[in-house]
Amino acid sequence: MSEQAADDISGTPAGGPRRLRPRPAVAETAAMRALLIATAIGFLGLFVVLPLVAVFVEALRRGIGHYLETFADPDTQAAIRLTLTVAAIAVPLNLVFGLSAAWAVAKFDFPGKSLLITLIDIPFSVSPVVSGLVFVLLFGAQGVLGPWLAAHDLQIVFAVPGIVLATVFVTVPYVARELIPLMQEQGVSEEEAALTLGASGLRTFLTVTLPNVKWALLYGVLLCNARAMGEFGAVSVVSGHVRGLTNTMPLHVEILYNEYNFVAAFAVASILAGLALVTLVAKSLLEWRYGDALGRSRLY
Amino acid sequence: MTRSAAAGYTDLVDTVAIRAEGLEKRFGSTPALTGVDLSVEPGELVALLGPSGSGKTTLLRIVAGLEQPTAGRVFFGGEDATFVPVQARRVGFVFQSYALFKHLDVAENIAYGLRVRPRRLRPSRAEIRRRVADLLDLVQLSGLERRFPSQLSGGQRQRVALARALAVEPKVLLLDEPFGALDAQVRRDLRGWLRELHERTGHTTLFVTHDQDEALELADRVAILDRGRIEQVGTPDAIYDGPATAFVAGFIGESVRLPVTVTGDGLHIGQHVLSIATTVAPGPASLFVRPRDLVPAATRAAGLPARVTGVRRAGPARRAELMLGDGLPGIEIELPADISVARGDMLAVQFRTVRLFSA
Repeated sequence: MSEQAADDISGTPAGGPRRLRPRPAVAETAAMRALLIATAIGFLGLFVVLPLVAVFVEALRRGIGHYLETFADPDTQAAIRLTLTVAAIAVPLNLVFGLSAAWAVAKFDFPGKSLLITLIDIPFSVSPVVSGLVFVLLFGAQGVLGPWLAAHDLQIVFAVPGIVLATVFVTVPYVARELIPLMQEQGVSEEEAALTLGASGLRTFLTVTLPNVKWALLYGVLLCNARAMGEFGAVSVVSGHVRGLTNTMPLHVEILYNEYNFVAAFAVASILAGLALVTLVAKSLLEWRYGDALGRSRLY
Repeated sequence: MTRSAAAGYTDLVDTVAIRAEGLEKRFGSTPALTGVDLSVEPGELVALLGPSGSGKTTLLRIVAGLEQPTAGRVFFGGEDATFVPVQARRVGFVFQSYALFKHLDVAENIAYGLRVRPRRLRPSRAEIRRRVADLLDLVQLSGLERRFPSQLSGGQRQRVALARALAVEPKVLLLDEPFGALDAQVRRDLRGWLRELHERTGHTTLFVTHDQDEALELADRVAILDRGRIEQVGTPDAIYDGPATAFVAGFIGESVRLPVTVTGDGLHIGQHVLSIATTVAPGPASLFVRPRDLVPAATRAAGLPARVTGVRRAGPARRAELMLGDGLPGIEIELPADISVARGDMLAVQFRTVRLFSA
């Protein structure tokens, strides 16, 4: 063994022994690092930044005047209003559902718990088209509940309630999925401590549980909101595409695009893209401003 | 119990006795506690000691009201507390991992129990501030009130947890493995400090530990639990010197269990016979041996011959590892200073104490 090592040393060129700089075991060589970073940045640039830039470039191609004209159109305004309305209903519903589901899963043991977790994930695994179709089959004119609804003059499919239902269905996992792992990890000992100190159940929830999950909750709500506003597939199936009535922003973009009204299509799309950017910036700002509080709720 | 000596912390409610009667607890079909009776006198410091899974934490949580017993009752003083909800029991509970509120600073953590009181029972803001300052003083953390739990050391967190528990003027103090998560040096320091604190505040205290040194050093009395039953309750001396059951004898001290047989002419240990009188019924039995139970015999004939398999240092003492015979577990003897042996020697040993239980 030592002989072998001696051979190796004598085998080095006479130009002098190669300088070996100590390097941490997990660090890569400079070339490898450059390659990895370039790959990551190149990929993101090509597949994320470039399309995003393209949206704004296309929207402003004929100048700011044309861009703003799009929003004077009553159908576009109706689409924006509808999208905001749907999000305003779907997001709070999911907030309440997500909190209760996460609470139930993380803090109690009950029969059917794993079934509940699986059910929460279904909207992630089912194609949005199927999610929409389910509601048509349930509430449509030929559907299971169709005749009863018709008899009571209730319109669900091809109307706002259908769009809300489809959106809620598609966004169900977002808040719950953010909260469950965190709440499971946190356990119940802080809640128990609050109870031994005399706090009521509600008080414990408000002063201990909620503050401990507020960042995850906010993050879940942001994601849920982005999806609620951007959902296309499920909403497309149940909407019926009635202009000015049941067209959400994503559907409106498609209609404008199919009519070769590219500037208007990209103008509306830029609002959606802008929304995504605002969400991202809001999240980054929160993380930067409250980073220590965020870290506190994860560490220790 | 010099309660009045507690500087600035004299407004305690009267601490009460704890009595558990016939407690049973089953989780599903697994019994966690069976027929547990325990009483703790006012102002007494009692340790619940046992291996993990012995039910000690379950017992503590039932006393606190965090678990409901399947059967049996819990009394605080004369009051039946079995069905009193945890919020109304006024227990000071210190959790194993402290369970400090991460998003609140030290002062807010300590004040929590006062702030959540209904308005008519809530002290004024100034009063709360004063109480928090007193408690910080008591646990020697003055100056750290604006720190968050993540910015404290383990020992400091432990003391904040204790201050928070004391803030609600608890009738009893319950501690779950209070030093479990700390390193050895901090444990030792806090042990002495807790004893001192207990003498100043005089709370009836029940604490759970798996560390027998801690239990024996700190507690007025120790309750030994095994598999959901209380095996023995007694003063540290009584427990250490007079274990009542085979489990306690094996659990306390550095005991080694030797399988032996009791017959009419004495005790058979492997090939050897020790002629002693015993009340243990003839048949297989267990002999528990601690290092100090053995002494070298004055003459070779007076003792049992043992082979020395090793000599080692254990703190101030020297110990020899001995084999009494093939197939028997090795035992240890504490060597007097004037005896020197080496590995491979034969040493005649005598029993100073014989702890014998039916197998």
